[in-house]
Amino acid sequence: MKTLQFILKKLTGALITIVAIAIANFAIFRIAPGDPIRMMFKDPRVSTEQLQAMRVKFGLDKSIGGQFIDYVKQLLHGNLGFSFWQKRPVADVIGDRIGQTLILVVTALVIATTLGIILGAISGWRNGSKTDRTILSLSLVLYSIPTFAMGILLLLVFGFILLLFPLGGITTPASGFTGFMYLKDVLWHMVLPAFSIVLWYVGEYILLTRSSMVEVMDQDYIVTARSKGLRESVILRKHALRNALLPVVTLSGVNFAFAIAGVIEAETVFSWPGIGRLTYDAVMKRDYPLLQGIFLLFAVSVVVANFIVDLIYTRIDPRIKTGAAHE
Amino acid sequence: MNILEIKDLKVYYMTKNGPAKAVDSISFSVEKNKTVGLIGESGCGKTTTARAIMNFVKEPGEIAGGEIIFNGRNILNLSDGELRALRGKEITIVRQEAQNALNPVMTIGDQIAEVILEHERIDKKAAWQRAEKQLDLVGISHKRAKTFPHEMSGGMRQRGMIAIATACNPDFIIMDEPITGLDVIVQRQLLTLINDLRNRLNLTALFIAHDLSVVSETCDEVVVMYAGKIMEKADVVSLYQNPLHPYTKALIHSYPSIRGERRKLKSIPGSPPLLVNPPEGCRFHPRCEFATDLCRTVEPEIRRINGHSVACHIVK
Ligand SMILES: Nc1ncnc2c1ncn2[C@@H]1O[C@H](COP(=O)(O)OP(=O)(O)O)[C@@H](O)[C@H]1O
Ligand SMILES: [Mg+2]
Repeated sequence: MKTLQFILKKLTGALITIVAIAIANFAIFRIAPGDPIRMMFKDPRVSTEQLQAMRVKFGLDKSIGGQFIDYVKQLLHGNLGFSFWQKRPVADVIGDRIGQTLILVVTALVIATTLGIILGAISGWRNGSKTDRTILSLSLVLYSIPTFAMGILLLLVFGFILLLFPLGGITTPASGFTGFMYLKDVLWHMVLPAFSIVLWYVGEYILLTRSSMVEVMDQDYIVTARSKGLRESVILRKHALRNALLPVVTLSGVNFAFAIAGVIEAETVFSWPGIGRLTYDAVMKRDYPLLQGIFLLFAVSVVVANFIVDLIYTRIDPRIKTGAAHE
Repeated sequence: MNILEIKDLKVYYMTKNGPAKAVDSISFSVEKNKTVGLIGESGCGKTTTARAIMNFVKEPGEIAGGEIIFNGRNILNLSDGELRALRGKEITIVRQEAQNALNPVMTIGDQIAEVILEHERIDKKAAWQRAEKQLDLVGISHKRAKTFPHEMSGGMRQRGMIAIATACNPDFIIMDEPITGLDVIVQRQLLTLINDLRNRLNLTALFIAHDLSVVSETCDEVVVMYAGKIMEKADVVSLYQNPLHPYTKALIHSYPSIRGERRKLKSIPGSPPLLVNPPEGCRFHPRCEFATDLCRTVEPEIRRINGHSVACHIVK
């Protein structure tokens, strides 16, 4: 049961990483400068005694060790702390926003990967052709424009000038839409933020798939496939693409971390009420517990994404089980 | 009856210093149920010839002239569709150093079944059964049909390639140095297998090797190639016992016999010429101990001497 062993190994790795992240997450926020309690009560009339009382309330009067034990205890109970800014549990604040981010990210990534793999595969398959050069230059341009710049550009052209799409938010305010109309309204609002992520991301996927494809096309087994008299479509699908996708899958796990950066930018530009926008606000408000919660969420989701990629890998690359791949 | 006739074939690689004449006006034919050996040092144009037979010369190579008549049709005039129908079914190839010739993400069974499915009207299950039979035929148990290439040894992979190449009962099979790069014991076993298949399946084949001892027990006839040209052509026994061309003689003496006969080895001094600017006259003359002024200026014609076809001014 080599596969099971492999999965267990990866799972252990993932768990250790999460523990390490939790510790680092605690440490970073204690080292960070600025007094969060002071940030919370900027009013100079608040007395030192009142501030002290707040410190006690949030457990900030204890020693670092004591705070860490509190933190771990709370974490194990699924308690991420209490938001200074919103005055309610961090888990609730995040819970309210996570759905909006997921729908945006999943939609954008699905479109970007599908489109990127198709265009990249065509490009690499027809290496050196006019189609290839067109796709390649397009993807280089897209890849080099950051999400926020792309977002502002889309906003300007399709929002302000052409008036085709709303300028921000997730629904039309006070519209009272329900059911299908509501869904349509959300999708409508999602077009521009999703595409600002898609356009940046697709460039990367095209480049990745293309270079992987070009490399695969030079392999001996492609010559074998040709000398077997197989149809081009079969060679492309069964021989070239299946092999070319292996590195793309690996990198999509790694890329997930960058997707988060893209989401923060896109949500901020389009006032999309998700975790990205929340991150931006939490930084502005110096809401340490909230930031800590968000960071933990990001880090864990990256670890989980990589674990899922490893699982997919065991399905698509037979060499993984014996460790023959990645020599 | 000739299955394959190569007439005046020229294949050039377009390099930035001009065309490299890797195959330069060669002619030979292969009779049904016979195996022809094609031998010569590395870089003499053997693989290029093999690829040309499948009309499969890759950039920057170009077929610059000649005809390849296979079962009455000139392969060089076939459409892409006709070539696809031909490759893998009528003409197949087992390639040189084919350690990465199998797709790493497909089982060996699938890779054999695939070629049958492509060329025959047959359902998946029947194709799979045929694939299993092929594995048994080449000495890999059918129980291993679901193994992946990385789980197979070098020798087994080459057996797998042979199973693919014989899956659709080809009219003609090209074996381009099928045992090069493997260890000696595996080489022996593969040679035995190839010999055995040749007899059992009545194969018509072109067997490429760089030395004569490998082809001596597998082939009926041998073509000796040097720097894109044919130097000598004869039946295997006669060529082995009574080589005429100085290059053939040198070649025989430069490799150990695979059967382990003891013999003094003598390597051929120098190396094959660059084919962009080959030597004038006989291409072998710079390395030939018998070379005369005639050899240095006039290219020898192929002549019939003692049942051999030989391109040499010296041989009488
Ligand atoms: N892609 C290429 N570009 C330029 N020259 C090539 C290329 N492939 C082969 N050649 C030249 O063609 C000649 C014959 O090569 P090849 O047919 O592979 O020889 P062999 O199989 O006898 O070792 C060699 O001299 C080699 O340098
Ligand atoms: Mg060769």
